[in-house]
Amino acid sequence: MSEEPLFDPSLKKRKKKNVVFIEDPLGADADPTKPAPETIESTTINGESVDLGPTTAHELMAQEAKPEKTEKESEDFKAMFGDMKKKKKKKEIPMDFGEDSGTSTPITKDDAAPAAEGPTITADDLDFSDMKKKKKSSKKKAAFDLDAFEKELTESKKSSKTEGGEDEDDEGPEPDGSHLDNIDEEELGEDPFAHPGEAPVGLDAGNEPWLKSDRDYTYQELLTRFYASLHAANPSLLSSASKKRYTIAPPQLFREGNKKSIFANVTDICKKMHRQPEHVIQYLFAEMGTTGSVDGAGRLVIKGRFQQKQIENVLRRYMVEYVTCKTCKSPDTLLTKENRIFFMACESCGSRRSVNAIKSGFQAQVGKRSKNKTG
Amino acid sequence: MSVQNLNSYDPFADEGDPLGDSADVGSTADYIHIRIQQRNGRKTLTTLQGLPKQYDSKKLLKAFKKEFACNGTLVDDEKMGQVIQLQGDQRAKISAFLVENGLEKSTIKVHGF
Repeated sequence: MSEEPLFDPSLKKRKKKNVVFIEDPLGADADPTKPAPETIESTTINGESVDLGPTTAHELMAQEAKPEKTEKESEDFKAMFGDMKKKKKKKEIPMDFGEDSGTSTPITKDDAAPAAEGPTITADDLDFSDMKKKKKSSKKKAAFDLDAFEKELTESKKSSKTEGGEDEDDEGPEPDGSHLDNIDEEELGEDPFAHPGEAPVGLDAGNEPWLKSDRDYTYQELLTRFYASLHAANPSLLSSASKKRYTIAPPQLFREGNKKSIFANVTDICKKMHRQPEHVIQYLFAEMGTTGSVDGAGRLVIKGRFQQKQIENVLRRYMVEYVTCKTCKSPDTLLTKENRIFFMACESCGSRRSVNAIKSGFQAQVGKRSKNKTG
Repeated sequence: MSVQNLNSYDPFADEGDPLGDSADVGSTADYIHIRIQQRNGRKTLTTLQGLPKQYDSKKLLKAFKKEFACNGTLVDDEKMGQVIQLQGDQRAKISAFLVENGLEKSTIKVHGF
């Protein structure tokens, strides 16, 4: 077949990975590389599922792993995907099995554990082909109930035995397929490819039928469950949208005479932001290109006419630059000066970064030159 | 034997440029600053500072004046170098003009209220 050359390198990779991981069963779960563990899981699944009918969790894992696999390893399998789809339609799978089994059979025949290896080595063909089978079968079996599930369990065992006789490579995956179908009906729906989108919705909705089963839970399930309970317990963490906004009293601006504005609640705002008023005032002046002073009552007198909205804008920019943590967006930060450089340390996430010094830029000559000594 | 007083010693030799080491900390060099300044009444001035050397500020000023229909001048500042000064609040227009003509938006900083 045309896809053979494409298949071979990936198969080799798989072989290596699988062998390694099978040697360290713990490593398989903990391993950070995504594609490898999935294959391992599926392999273990396959292996175990051959022996034990009810290990549905693993099958679920396999099911989830496979769609992810398809996405992640799309580079390797892009070409294959098309083939796979074709396979779905045409059911050309036996061809692949035969060819692959030729390579992998020596391993599979050795032991039971290698039996797990066998399918994984051919995993590309087998898994995906299985999935296609599952899809079809799941659609067919959609009408079945729990009784049907039990029946299928027994059937799958039988079939595994029979198929084991025919094709050793088919051994693992085949029973899987039947179980997967059952699982599909229970919580996921028929299409494994659609699963990634569907699963979270179902879990969010509170459908967690897997809680009662004594199988191993999948990472995805547990993750969604974790977030669900986390957000239930701490609604404040839910999202930035529903997060309690960091609010600051709007600046109070008054006009003093014709040419001066008074910013009345500077000190309050500075306190709220945990910043030195001097720093804030310096920023204000630099940004607005003006000067001013603090009067006896702690109010800021700014030269020029300014409206509340304008000051608000400048303050907002100050917050972005000097108050909110760039990493976690938390306003809970401290500003310290070390060696003429300001550092902003976040209280909530611990990040620490330097911030730009406030520099007032070019000041154009405004007003009478006679008033200005430098000019 | 060495007499320290006789050595030609540069006290700033190992000091270097204080901002040179921490160029990324307080560097305003790479930015084009567009500022606004209030004048009397509701009049304002817009200043453009930190234009990269490869641009001819004189020609740019001419283009600005024509485009924004305002007057303007080129000011030589000791610290800031050449600064383009335009009448009125032209900040948004300048920024749009510069971006349109191939300057990186991230290098432009618009100040003011």
